[in-house]
Amino acid sequence: MYGKGLRPLAIVTCVVLTGAFALAFFYAPMDADQGLMQKIFYVHVPMAIVSLLGFVLGAVFAIQHLRTGDRRHDLRSYVAIHLSLILGVGVLVTGSIWARAAWGHWFVWDEPTLVSFLIVFLLYCCYQPLRFAIEDPDRQARYASVFAITAGAFVPLNFLAVRLAQQYAHPRVLGSSDALPPKMRLAFLVSLLGMALLYTTLYRFEMTAKNTRLRVHSLKRRLGGDVVLGRSAAPR
Amino acid sequence: MIAETTAALPDNTGYVAAAYLVFLALVLVYLVVMAIRFARLERDIVELDELASKGSAPAGE
Repeated sequence: MYGKGLRPLAIVTCVVLTGAFALAFFYAPMDADQGLMQKIFYVHVPMAIVSLLGFVLGAVFAIQHLRTGDRRHDLRSYVAIHLSLILGVGVLVTGSIWARAAWGHWFVWDEPTLVSFLIVFLLYCCYQPLRFAIEDPDRQARYASVFAITAGAFVPLNFLAVRLAQQYAHPRVLGSSDALPPKMRLAFLVSLLGMALLYTTLYRFEMTAKNTRLRVHSLKRRLGGDVVLGRSAAPR
Repeated sequence: MIAETTAALPDNTGYVAAAYLVFLALVLVYLVVMAIRFARLERDIVELDELASKGSAPAGE
């Protein structure tokens, strides 16, 4: 079911992402202050937005899991958070590279945007150890859902707190209409769409893999074979 | 065109290339991990196939 339409989605994702980066380099004008370095913006910011939205999505699935008791929602929540964490690594690394190029430091510890993202990231780094420290599958799913909801609620609160902060060196992108010239805005929006498509593709790819794996193990059990669950075991 | 425009600005080509390469590497590593998992799944399916063949084989074979 999850694998259906995955190939066209993957092709569209590749086309949109390639188009987005082409727009960023050949269509969007060069930034007057930062020059070429500002092009990092088109990969770093969309990745950060999609990563944070993924965490919120994980919380939404967790709520559904607690409401219905359906383990499929728990699996969805797990995959959403897992992918957001991977993108989070990308956000921190590309952000550090940009910070080094722009400010001369890999990380600025008194910058609310940077520190708050790091806190959110580290918070979610606890998700998997917490999850796999619990052996009972039902308890594991329940505790993980509670964690996902609590941490997910922290994401928008964190966003608001950062926006209310007075002092910052990190530029503002959302909510300031004059922040980007039209050509840059178009390149940014296409990049954001590409990143969202990448997240969707990887999400469906991962769900397909996990569901197929679960079905294979279920079949193996029914046929009397030994089932060995690997390290990458999905929520069981 | 980019070279002309950036002539007056600091050259940060290395940093920009590094940022985009990090993104590509991240996606690539993810896909490699997924490919390994799919290969393991394929082995499981072969094993399943063998189990099913044994199960459906006539008694005494």
